[in-house]
Amino acid sequence: MTTGAITRSSTATPHDEVVRYDFSERATHWVNALSYSYLLLTGLALFTPYLYWLAYVFGGGGTIRFWHPWVGLVYVATILWMHSRWKADMAPIPSDAEWRKNIRNYIENRDELVPAQGKFNAGQKQFWWVMFCCTVILLVTGIIMWFPEWFSNGSARSFHWVLPLVVFIHSATALVTIAAFIIHVYMSIWMTPGSMKAMMEGHVSTRWARAHHRLWYDKVVGGRK
Amino acid sequence: MSNGLMEIKAISGHRGGTPGQGVSRDYDVCKLVDTTTCIGCKACEVACLEWNGYEFRDTTFDNTYQTMPDTAWNFWNLIRFNEVDNGDGTVSWLMRKDQCMHCEDPGCLAACPADGAIVQYRNGIVDFNQANCIGCQYCVTGCPFNIPKFNSVTKKVYKCTLCSDRVGAGLEPACIKSCPTGCLHFGSKEDMLALANQRAAQIRDNTSHKNAGVYDPEGVGGTHVIYVLHDKDKAEQYSGLPQDPSVPFFVKMWKGPLKWLGGFGIAFGVLGVFLHHVRYGAKQVDKEEEVKP
Repeated sequence: MTTGAITRSSTATPHDEVVRYDFSERATHWVNALSYSYLLLTGLALFTPYLYWLAYVFGGGGTIRFWHPWVGLVYVATILWMHSRWKADMAPIPSDAEWRKNIRNYIENRDELVPAQGKFNAGQKQFWWVMFCCTVILLVTGIIMWFPEWFSNGSARSFHWVLPLVVFIHSATALVTIAAFIIHVYMSIWMTPGSMKAMMEGHVSTRWARAHHRLWYDKVVGGRK
Repeated sequence: MSNGLMEIKAISGHRGGTPGQGVSRDYDVCKLVDTTTCIGCKACEVACLEWNGYEFRDTTFDNTYQTMPDTAWNFWNLIRFNEVDNGDGTVSWLMRKDQCMHCEDPGCLAACPADGAIVQYRNGIVDFNQANCIGCQYCVTGCPFNIPKFNSVTKKVYKCTLCSDRVGAGLEPACIKSCPTGCLHFGSKEDMLALANQRAAQIRDNTSHKNAGVYDPEGVGGTHVIYVLHDKDKAEQYSGLPQDPSVPFFVKMWKGPLKWLGGFGIAFGVLGVFLHHVRYGAKQVDKEEEVKP
């Protein structure tokens, strides 16, 4: 029977739930996700003529050319914030190697055969470090692509050869992040029910925590006891 | 040329053939720059500015006969100057008219992502359409001659048009019209190549420049601006004219294999995760399992 009370699901943690991400983690993640999505769509518009229509969706080619680098800085800033916040949880632990050996079991949902994991499992760590390294590469190449005129005048002309290389690396690196992004989005929305709630509302059921991140569960629930 | 369709085919009551019969009627246009007869007077620089409506810029004096260090978004035609020590106690003053080369295989066009910002006309002219330019400067990346120049105010890129507006009306480019020594010529590619080769042979036969030749680089499919050089194997000494230019390797990789790999990769990636869902479904946490707090 309902009491008619409104549960403040995003501000209060129900008794059988544990906090997974606090507000600043969630906010940073979603600013990062939105900026990445913008970068992805506007980047693809400039990558292939078949997707140039995306440029018009976002205000025209000149507009996306102007904003893509600035939004890129927002994206980089949120990545750096997440790095400072999560680097301890993203550090490798001994059971990661065991997890990677069992990746097939993980992919085929035989999770009972997969070793217990911390706050982030070895796959999530791999995703994180791929995105982090790619972000550094995208930042360096992106800044050069922001101002190619530096290399078309005066003595810097002799460094013009870096431009084609930089453009190629930027595109190839972006494609690596897209592959990771497709898997990340698929897993959060469809493959692992509960993870979307974790990033939206901040908490997960104790059951979920125990099933997916046993070592982390033992730490937070054990400590709460 | 542009008025080829209006070439006279038959004339009523006319004895004999038609005027112009047998004359080259190639679509391809070409500018010939004979560096051996350029005196560095800069008339072409002035004519270019005047025709294209740009104001005169401040010039830089750096103890050479060069107006300024580089071409600019509103200065498309620069006589580059280089003093070369010939090694026998003499020096050569090499003047080279630098402008867009109008490549047959244009790197700028290959690199450009904006629909309709760069067009290549059938006569060989490569033209920028600033209305469609988005200012990304991928053309700067793709050009082996470092020609396109960015205007940071309009956020557009500009370069020599080979006076496409004049050529379209049957006129020669403004620079050609202004040249006092006859070092600049304009006509069909075939005619200009023939003239250039004739001139190069003349130089070889009558001067000490035994390696004089024509610069029409194959790496970019040939160009619609060609040079006669004193030494065809020393293009670099003409203030950095690339000896063997081509569309940069990584631009080709980026616009070729990577583009297709990326497109198919994304499509198969999305299909792959979808099929994973169909095959294995979601990781449901067992709701029956009791969790002891």
